[in-house]
Amino acid sequence: MFLSMNWIQDFVDLSGLDKLELIAKLSLSTAEVENEIFFKGSDISGVVVAEIKSVENHPESKKLHLLKVDAGDGKLTDVVCGAPNVRVGMKTAFAKVGAKLGEIEIAPRPLAGFESFGMCCSEAEIGISDDHSGIMDITENVAAGTDIKDVYAIDDIIFEVDNKSLTNRPDLWSHYGFAREFAALANRPLKPLELEDLTAYDNLKKIDMKIEDNLCQRYSCMQVENITRSVSPVNMRIRLFYCGMRGINFLADLTNYLMLEVGQPMHAFDSRKVEKIRIKRFDTPFTFQTLDGVERNIDENTLMICNGNTPVAIAGIMGGLDSEIVDDTTTLTLESATFDAVSIRKSTVRLAHRTDASIRYEKCLDPEMTTLAIARFINLLKKYDSGVQVVSSLTDEYAFKYDTVSLSFNKAYVDRYTGIEISNDTIVKTLTDLGFKVELKEDDFTVTVPSWRATKDVTIKADIIEEITRIYGYDNFDVSTTLAPLYPVRAEVMKTNENKLKDLLVKKYNLHELHSYIWAYTDELKALGIEVEDNVKLLNATNPNIETIRKSIIPTQLCQVKVNTGFGSDFGIFEIGKVVDGLKEDGLCNEQKKLCITLFSKTKDIKTLYLELRDILSVAAGDIKHKELAFKAASADKAYIHPINFNEIYIDSTLIGSMGIAHPSVLKKIDKKANVVFAEIDMSAFTEAESASIVYDEPSKFPAMTYDISVEVPDGMLFAQLKSCWENEGKEILKSTRIVDTYDTDEVHSITVRFEFSSSERTLAGTEIQEIMDKVISNLKEIGVNLR
Amino acid sequence: MNEKIIALQNEITEKLNSVTDLAQLDQIRVAYLGKKGSITALLKGMKDLSVEEKKTFGAEVNALKELATEKIDEKLTELKEKEIQQEIASMPLIDVTSPAFTDRGSYHPITLVQRQCEAIFKSMGFTVEDYPEVVTDYECFEALNIPKHHPARDMQDTYYLDNGQLLKTHTSAAQNAILKKYGKNLMENGVPIKAIFPGRCFRNEATDACHENTFFQMEGIMVDKAINISNLIYFMKSMLSEVFQKDIKVRLRPGFFPFVEPGFELDISCLICGGEGCPSCKHSGWLELCPCGMIHPNVLSEGGIDPEEYIGFAFGLGLTRLAMMKYGVKDIRNLNSGSLKALSQFTDDE
Repeated sequence: MFLSMNWIQDFVDLSGLDKLELIAKLSLSTAEVENEIFFKGSDISGVVVAEIKSVENHPESKKLHLLKVDAGDGKLTDVVCGAPNVRVGMKTAFAKVGAKLGEIEIAPRPLAGFESFGMCCSEAEIGISDDHSGIMDITENVAAGTDIKDVYAIDDIIFEVDNKSLTNRPDLWSHYGFAREFAALANRPLKPLELEDLTAYDNLKKIDMKIEDNLCQRYSCMQVENITRSVSPVNMRIRLFYCGMRGINFLADLTNYLMLEVGQPMHAFDSRKVEKIRIKRFDTPFTFQTLDGVERNIDENTLMICNGNTPVAIAGIMGGLDSEIVDDTTTLTLESATFDAVSIRKSTVRLAHRTDASIRYEKCLDPEMTTLAIARFINLLKKYDSGVQVVSSLTDEYAFKYDTVSLSFNKAYVDRYTGIEISNDTIVKTLTDLGFKVELKEDDFTVTVPSWRATKDVTIKADIIEEITRIYGYDNFDVSTTLAPLYPVRAEVMKTNENKLKDLLVKKYNLHELHSYIWAYTDELKALGIEVEDNVKLLNATNPNIETIRKSIIPTQLCQVKVNTGFGSDFGIFEIGKVVDGLKEDGLCNEQKKLCITLFSKTKDIKTLYLELRDILSVAAGDIKHKELAFKAASADKAYIHPINFNEIYIDSTLIGSMGIAHPSVLKKIDKKANVVFAEIDMSAFTEAESASIVYDEPSKFPAMTYDISVEVPDGMLFAQLKSCWENEGKEILKSTRIVDTYDTDEVHSITVRFEFSSSERTLAGTEIQEIMDKVISNLKEIGVNLR
Repeated sequence: MNEKIIALQNEITEKLNSVTDLAQLDQIRVAYLGKKGSITALLKGMKDLSVEEKKTFGAEVNALKELATEKIDEKLTELKEKEIQQEIASMPLIDVTSPAFTDRGSYHPITLVQRQCEAIFKSMGFTVEDYPEVVTDYECFEALNIPKHHPARDMQDTYYLDNGQLLKTHTSAAQNAILKKYGKNLMENGVPIKAIFPGRCFRNEATDACHENTFFQMEGIMVDKAINISNLIYFMKSMLSEVFQKDIKVRLRPGFFPFVEPGFELDISCLICGGEGCPSCKHSGWLELCPCGMIHPNVLSEGGIDPEEYIGFAFGLGLTRLAMMKYGVKDIRNLNSGSLKALSQFTDDE
């Protein structure tokens, strides 16, 4: 919303104060002011009132005229002018030689064979409207040579307030509202509005009007006739134009002017079309043509203003074309009303049509304002069109009245919120300046909230704190830390685990952490031939590609791998993110946090790559849980997973996740020459699985002994089977086993295992070791493994 | 002197002169000084001599033995030194300007910024919380004093799910749960609630370089018997100065959010120009960063905490925006793009 400093100064005298400083203060205390401030008129100089003394047609041009003008400097000046509306005796805006119009500096110049010493200006040329149909026709009684800025209020400071910062302030959708803020900030008195005394018309007839729907809170109206003026005063038009509104005609401009001045949207009907005003909704939908000519679909929830049963306006949004003021309108019915804010907002959403009026109504306007606005309207109407006659009494139905809000609090309450000292006097002064009625007894305040703040904005005593502190100024606050007892802070184990995992994966394994979206990437998955799993869906996704929430991060990472195939021949990615695995019994989403890792390689064979992933997971479990992982072959339950080498991963008996290999059909679409493996770990299961402590084994003072055996491993035998042959033998002294050599030919797969024995109590005898090893070798033989 | 001794002495000297390596030297040592060596043989041959001759000859042989030992040791030292010199000379020149192997993993930039913020707040005694992304209408709106018909609850701004839940639109959705989780400890044991909650949020809007439907925020709340606006400013200023590693100026402006009263928009002095005004702050010298305020009494009540007795502040820091500011990320979409070209650059930054 644009605001004019001139307009604001109608209501508060800010003379002698730095306006820019005040605007900056407003931004910190009231509402966000946009950075760009407009200094209207500052680029216009040397433009004066001039009278056209003679008009001659240009001998060759049909458009151009040769004028002699009197610019008040005691001589006639020759001007070539192309405007169609020139006439002798007309007074216009004249830019003399040396004048500045924005970027243009006026200089004598030849035009179609004649010298021109200046320029007659349209309103658009001096920046006060977008009218460039002709030069200005100045009707005011001013002498030639008078500076145009002394005739019209062209110089003004215009600033824009971010509408978003006004959502909770219905009172600030007007210049008068801002004038009140400036008055409080500048410590200057706020002037009252000049109003017509409407009680003078009390004995005139009432208008036939009735509220038939509780969505209308108050409806006030009045009739006037004998309106002769059709064009608004220039200064009024300038203000409207500067504030971003186009001039239409006097009556329409005046309703807009009132809206910008006091914040009350008003509507002027042709009285012939609204003889019987009814405010109601209709049971059946219909179409209705608004005054912008658009046919709109009205449903049963939209409140309408009607003439009897005929709709004439959409309440609070826009008038109808049929009841609009037209050229032969002689009597107008002026509407000033308030409607239920939520209903207006919903209607604008349904109609997809927001107007300056509806924006204001959405904010919960003060119903007290309707009659005040009429009184102000009539005041201005009579000022600018003296023959106007009021022909009805004020007709007013006040169906819904907000409660008066009265709040009690004490000085300690204010101190507790602020943490600084703000005196009782300052509190009283601030609140009074803002229109609150304040009673103070010792340290106890009782505050009555003004009606314009009481519709929803100020309802509790904490709201009063904001009023006091914002005017006091947050920049003036002393800043201090809290005084509170200290207690130990315990970290969430899952958070800690996440951080450890991230560090391990990034620092040790050079993996890259990526983020992705919580929904399945339908299009991208389709390109990989992966079906989106049915799951919870977004109700209102603008893009069908993101409709279904994902059940697993693996498909997401397959898409990400495809995007990055050009990044390098080998890379790994991971994410700790959310998935939703359907609904729980209570109907809520079964949201889970997963760690997903995907490795991509063009250089490693599948066995190396898969075991690399296995090692990453094993190290993670070892580091964080001090546990070994167990892997259990499982059948791949997803079409994008290779049916072979899919494994479930356990810590003890807790299933924590799974790992597998990309299905060849998917792999072909990612990169034919690459291998892709992945694992997904459930963070809760990982965190909840039992963890072990570090078990320290004091190094023995006695020598350790080793014993190597080489065995031939039959096809298909797992290492876990071999291990079972020794893991229960000689437990006290068998400290470790490791593979020290492997030997593979086409026929045999053979490994050499080194057993290390030691005791912390004694030197071991060769015989006892031999005894254990004999048992191991016989165990091996039993499962068909022979020494080489 | 015995001729034999002289001859032997000459012979040793001659041989030592032509020695080039340790193996040869060892052969010489064995040949003369070994058990079967020539000098040892001379001593053995003394048995036929007279006592007088033995005396003289023995002394001469011993002198020769000492001399030979000395010469051999000298040669040994010389050869060892020579060997070291050779080893030194054999060291190849290594080109350290050749390309280094710098393959490193990377963190998502949000993780880096989030960790920095967490560390700062942890150091001030805040707990770091973890809450779901899918929440109920109650958690996201109702418990936060956002009335039924507030525009924020409109379909067009929020992703609603077909089971009636929604993707949280702000981290404030965790406030109620945090109040309930720690409220008992506050009221019974007087332990202030100090918690932050970094989390992912969702808004149903079209994406472009500045807008994302999925982004990160960090909520912070502090509740105790005496918490005030002055404290709020202090915490925000301290935290942001730590994050940006310089003294940050902050200012508060009134801002309207239903879950705080009074509510503020917090601006920080522009990081680029320091407040002078530049294109990145649109010449205002300030950047809008963080909505905050004193927790609305209704929000405290809804969390089971008596607003007459307790008071607190809350803030919602835009982690995504912070990361973009800190690292100069111009297009927000890069963050969720999964593109390693963009994201592999964020190695550690503690």
